[in-house]
Amino acid sequence: MTTSPLTLRRAGDSPALLGLLGIVGFGALLEILPRVGVLKEEYFPPTSKIIAALIDELGRGGFWQAVIGTVSTWLIGLSIAVVAGIVLGIVIGSVPALRLATASTIEFLRPIPSVALLPLAIVLFSAPIRSILLLVVYASFWQVLIQVLHGVTDVDPVARETAASYRLNRWRQARYLVWPTTLPYAMTGIRLAASVALVLTITGELLIGGTKGIGEEIAVAQSSIAVPSMYALIVVSGLIGLIANLATRRAERLVLAWHPSVRRELPL
Amino acid sequence: MLEIKSLRKTYGGQGRTVEALRDITLTVEDGQFVCVVGPSGCGKTTLLRCLGGLLTPTSGEVKVAGQTVTGPPDGLAIVFQEYGRSLFPWLRVAENIELPLKSKGIGRAERRKLVDESLSAVGLGDAGKAYPWQLSGGMQQRVAIARAIAFQPKVMLMDEPFAAVDAQTRADLEDLVRTVWQRFGMTMLFVTHDIDEAVYLGQRVVVLSASPTSVLENLDIDLSDERDQLKTRSEARFVELRTHVYARIQEAKGVAAR
Amino acid sequence: MTRVLSRTGLLLGLPVVLLVTWWFASAGSKSFYQPPLETIIKVFPDTWTGARFKSDVFPSLIRLFIGYSLAVLLGITLGVLIGANRRLRALVEPLLEFLRAIPPPVLVPILILIAGIGNPTKVLVIVIGGVWPVLLNTVEGVRGVDEVLSDTCRSYRIGGWLRLRTFILRAASPQIVVGARQALSISIIMMVIGELLGATNGLGYTVVEFQRGFQIPEMWSGVFVLGLLGVLLSLAFTLVERRVLNWYHGARAAERSGH
Repeated sequence: MTTSPLTLRRAGDSPALLGLLGIVGFGALLEILPRVGVLKEEYFPPTSKIIAALIDELGRGGFWQAVIGTVSTWLIGLSIAVVAGIVLGIVIGSVPALRLATASTIEFLRPIPSVALLPLAIVLFSAPIRSILLLVVYASFWQVLIQVLHGVTDVDPVARETAASYRLNRWRQARYLVWPTTLPYAMTGIRLAASVALVLTITGELLIGGTKGIGEEIAVAQSSIAVPSMYALIVVSGLIGLIANLATRRAERLVLAWHPSVRRELPL
Repeated sequence: MLEIKSLRKTYGGQGRTVEALRDITLTVEDGQFVCVVGPSGCGKTTLLRCLGGLLTPTSGEVKVAGQTVTGPPDGLAIVFQEYGRSLFPWLRVAENIELPLKSKGIGRAERRKLVDESLSAVGLGDAGKAYPWQLSGGMQQRVAIARAIAFQPKVMLMDEPFAAVDAQTRADLEDLVRTVWQRFGMTMLFVTHDIDEAVYLGQRVVVLSASPTSVLENLDIDLSDERDQLKTRSEARFVELRTHVYARIQEAKGVAAR
Repeated sequence: MTRVLSRTGLLLGLPVVLLVTWWFASAGSKSFYQPPLETIIKVFPDTWTGARFKSDVFPSLIRLFIGYSLAVLLGITLGVLIGANRRLRALVEPLLEFLRAIPPPVLVPILILIAGIGNPTKVLVIVIGGVWPVLLNTVEGVRGVDEVLSDTCRSYRIGGWLRLRTFILRAASPQIVVGARQALSISIIMMVIGELLGATNGLGYTVVEFQRGFQIPEMWSGVFVLGLLGVLLSLAFTLVERRVLNWYHGARAAERSGH
């Protein structure tokens, strides 16, 4: 009685410990509930079985090929989207007439759900990888483009006038004025694009199939009703997502370490 | 009545504690106007937050109308320094004033009346429909004061309310606070770092020491009740009093530095 | 006058140019998979009005509406609870970080396995995808409420439901709206995926059926419908957002103009 409030207090003071407790507690709950029969074990295998299935997967060569497949599709799609988004964003953003002319088209194309393109992609491309890449690039491209467009137009008017009064040429203005302002926005866009791209990569693999990837592994596990493997693969997809998130956030901090402003995602 | 007995407040834990208030004892009679001044960083805001029941004292006691303060007490209103952040930007001016009255359970007709009265008392009779951010800084602080008035508090606490407005607006607002106090007769505790402001406004000025804070002096301001920005400030007695307070604060800073 | 004209010209110019280009470029198209735009538009009315609207479009919309509403409600409720409670936040934050990193579509096969392919599953699929952005943004919004406002509420003894309604939810609303917008596009995606993986009717199902049956112009028209749905809902969202966040944009503009 005398020690328990104290230990609780101590755990409460350390968020990391509490967080660990949360994850362990969640795992324990999913272990116990199926075992006592609250959840059907058939559909909700206990945590220990999922972990066992995960370990099995880790030992399988096909699994690692799938991981590599997913990650490389993701990276290719993301790179295309990022390059296209930044280049087009800067070009469109720095020419007012162009910005005005494209505004309605962008507003119309952006909300088109990427999966709507799925049947199109399937009939247009015979190679599944191309179909998946179309979805990935389409979905993540807008994230980068929109952010970059906002960044380019956010250049401080006073700074712009200063640059003009010192007669910096167009290239120098782009280099010392537009790019530094745009960079934080671009990084936000890349971070958002990275998670969207990963979701679409795995979704594409799941729905289209025909490429090595985690999504297809899940589809295979589903058709053979290997429930613990399905869960294990879902955990893997979550872990890949987690690593991707952490990596992009870390990259963002590294790139913007010198930057005074911290961009928040707020309604634009 | 506002009673503060041996109030002490320390922050921190885990090896490092900071003593913000060491020993504050102070009584404010009903209907009195007391200003609290002290060197910057002397824990004025901490004191005010303890009085308002927003902070729990480490030791000592605060009583409002005979009741020990354990949480925000009934019949007490605070006007914060950051007017831009103490008004709800999604509510119109009138709604901002009305909100505390709603939680008090006052009926609609009575609320209307209180809102109108308090707005005209601060000279903003026709601003009720505006949003706070459509007003200037000085006007926003007027709204915050109107909100406090409408709440009909027995005690009003003001935490450096005019630190962030320009000098001319500030003079107007000072006179407004005097008028409000004279008209509604609440007990007023006004925290400021501006010595002139404290002497000009208060019936009494409490001088605090540098941190860790205690009361250095309790000074009666024997100026007439009718105060005027030009006349009062040029009176010999005003100059004497402010010089005295200034010297005490310099002294307090010196002690702290040593 | 001329300025207004040139502005509208610029706004409508590009879409018109693109459509016209498509129309003529595809006009004589013999390619089976890329039918002329004219053909697509011709099959559009027959394909999407009448019986099919009732049997496929309408059920999809209802499911989307219910699923999205549930996701927003659930996300806000949980988000307020977690955001307002420091300990709870520390407890669940890493877990949420992991759960939200799971691409929602991978949960669809499991859900179908557990709950079949009925309407509840399809709604659940939408909820599971849409809840995360709302939840996480609400947590951020509630956590970031202004301290001075919070003190103001405390000192005026504004508590309970009144505090939640007039302070917490309003203060967090800019963030909640960001989440709700992300949730909207994810919900549409999840609606389609739910129907692709297991359904007997619905918009997504129909489009894929057209694809599998090689009814290519019909399939193209289906893609149009889905795109149109996304655009219209996003437009509706913008209108709602303008109303809800009117104060926010005003306050921001006032701040920028150096008030």
